[in-house]
Amino acid sequence: MSKTITIDPVTRIEGHAKITLQLDEQGEVSEAYFHVTQFRGFERICVGRPFYEMPYLMERICGICPVSHLLASAKACDALLAMKVPPSAGKLRRILNLAQLIQSHALSFFYLSSPDLLMGMDADPKERNLFGVMRKHPELGRGGIRLRQFGQQVIETLAGKRIHPAWVVPGGVNEPLTIEKRDKLLAQIPEVVAIAQKTLSWFKIEFETFREEIRTFANFPSLFMGLVTPDERAGYYEGKLRFTDSHGNIVADKLEAVNYPDYLGEAVEPFTFMKFPYYKPLGYPDGIYRVGPLARLNLVENCGTPLAQQEWVEFRALERGAVLSSFHYHYARLIEILFALEHIEEYLLDPIITKSHARYSASLNNLEGIGCCEAPRGTLIHHYRVDEQGLITWANLVIATGHNNLAMNRGLLQTARHFVRSEQLTEGMLNRVEAVIRAFDPCLSCSTHAYGQMPLQLRLISHQGKVLDEISRESFSGKHE
Amino acid sequence: MNPAPAVKTLAIDGIDVSASSDQTILDAARENGISIPTLCHLDGLTEVGACRMCLVELKGSTRLQPACVTLVEEGMEVTTRTPRLEKYRRMVLELLFAERNHVCSVCVANNMCELQDQAKAHGVTHVRFPYRSPELPVDVSHERFALDHNRCILCTRCVRVCNEIEGAHTWDLLGRGVNSLLISDLHQPWGESDTCTSCGKCVQVCPTGALFDKSKVGGKVRKNPDFLSYLNEMREGLR
Repeated sequence: MSKTITIDPVTRIEGHAKITLQLDEQGEVSEAYFHVTQFRGFERICVGRPFYEMPYLMERICGICPVSHLLASAKACDALLAMKVPPSAGKLRRILNLAQLIQSHALSFFYLSSPDLLMGMDADPKERNLFGVMRKHPELGRGGIRLRQFGQQVIETLAGKRIHPAWVVPGGVNEPLTIEKRDKLLAQIPEVVAIAQKTLSWFKIEFETFREEIRTFANFPSLFMGLVTPDERAGYYEGKLRFTDSHGNIVADKLEAVNYPDYLGEAVEPFTFMKFPYYKPLGYPDGIYRVGPLARLNLVENCGTPLAQQEWVEFRALERGAVLSSFHYHYARLIEILFALEHIEEYLLDPIITKSHARYSASLNNLEGIGCCEAPRGTLIHHYRVDEQGLITWANLVIATGHNNLAMNRGLLQTARHFVRSEQLTEGMLNRVEAVIRAFDPCLSCSTHAYGQMPLQLRLISHQGKVLDEISRESFSGKHE
Repeated sequence: MNPAPAVKTLAIDGIDVSASSDQTILDAARENGISIPTLCHLDGLTEVGACRMCLVELKGSTRLQPACVTLVEEGMEVTTRTPRLEKYRRMVLELLFAERNHVCSVCVANNMCELQDQAKAHGVTHVRFPYRSPELPVDVSHERFALDHNRCILCTRCVRVCNEIEGAHTWDLLGRGVNSLLISDLHQPWGESDTCTSCGKCVQVCPTGALFDKSKVGGKVRKNPDFLSYLNEMREGLR
């Protein structure tokens, strides 16, 4: 008898989603769907607004990665003005972007995913949370909190506010960085670098115990996409787009982000509000690709900073060709934290960083602008069209998590097929199905979301619509459904 | 020549104060360090009594009176803060928020807005009335400035400053009640106005993000309406 399993809501991810697993007559998972159940409408809300408001309007998309939207939007506005930003502003924007990467990766790794890694996938959900981590491994927990704090402090020091700052403007940044502030940030770097290194050493031993998960968590060949700089490093703020395949071969290179409609298609499915971008030359759904930390480390030929470079070499040695298991998004995130810390230090040591001229001005020169940068979760594209007075007439956003949509759905099916058996529903089974999604660190609403507050439900529904079995996870309120 | 104004004695919030007969309750209160909230009032412009934020209670009257347009009288007993007044002031603010699209978080005047300041001061955490969410345009046709009807509270400070101080009378209101709309000249785009001198006074006196300087967006620049008293004093030979 065919059945449907629904996991609703999915916990410890950014946003709201549910999962449906379709079982066939033998009780094997035949289909898996990842539903994003909310609609935001930012592409419509902004129509009629002046373009120079876009950075502040668009950063409200997300409470985790507002900086990414702020930067992609400001870059799209720079394109509308047809201007470059002052060199100091360019570097300050890059630091801001890397700080965002650190805090977001720390949140994903330590707050959301480390409970699974430290306690195990089958642990009691009452213990499998950040508080459990703090009890079992306080040093790790504290380190995670400190790394996130550092990322947030850099954002606050530069932009005046941790979340939704209004510091980046079309044409540059609002306020230059003072020498005092720079020195204060520089002084903290050795401490946080040590934390990142310590975490990496721990993780490299720990992940050996997750061989089955590594083998089955969205571990399949796919393309990878991301920005690459002219000197072959991952481009977080600038660069051209590159696609590589699962063997590590370059499929397409030096693609201008402004031409994205030429090579990226956007498909829509009725079961979710999230669109499915695909690589056009391979068509839909074969043009599946992954973005984000794993993709970025797979795309490049070197990492660029000394400590991260050593880690990157070890990481790439995991497999011949590209590292394919999405479980290793976690690993890649830790390496990127280290890279970002080293890179921020490099930028801060550049004397240009405290130059006082940080904003150029211009009036509207183009009626269409595209801005692209790497958000923590992958490539982010903002595309605006304006009328002659500068009012937005049309907008298209290609969000990092969207690029991974096809891969997440395929990964879900792979993991569910391996772990889910309809006769014996277990908490660990439920959690693995969620954890594969969590590995991608999707930012669905692009909004902050109270950690672990919601109960998780898994339902078995027969093809006649009858609920055959149901288990649920307790919420923090202690209520058991 | 007008006779010299007489001195009146009255009590505001239990404090005995004296004021000249041509002064309003608001003037008398502020002179004596008693604050009364206002939005449409601005020192240096004529009063219109439009926003009703400055309503006060008068002993012997059941009607509330706007302090900005009510002249002082001998023996008056004025109360500026009561639960009833607070209730009405909060309601005024909530109605202003419900009337148009005041989205503070993405507004150019966020943290630099008198409407927002008042809302904070009066503890407006929620709006109990349904939002009207009207579809209103943004006029960005002027080279330097922009008008966003979504943020306009129809206080008419801009209309008054343009007429009374600049002498251009570019701004006026179209329509009535909730359908009122700020217009420039004969309802044409601001950038095509024949009378606008681009002096920017209207931008400086606007209490919200309705009128703003395009180049200052994101610049955390507070508006500075204080120039008005200075201009008036200069005109009257007091400086």
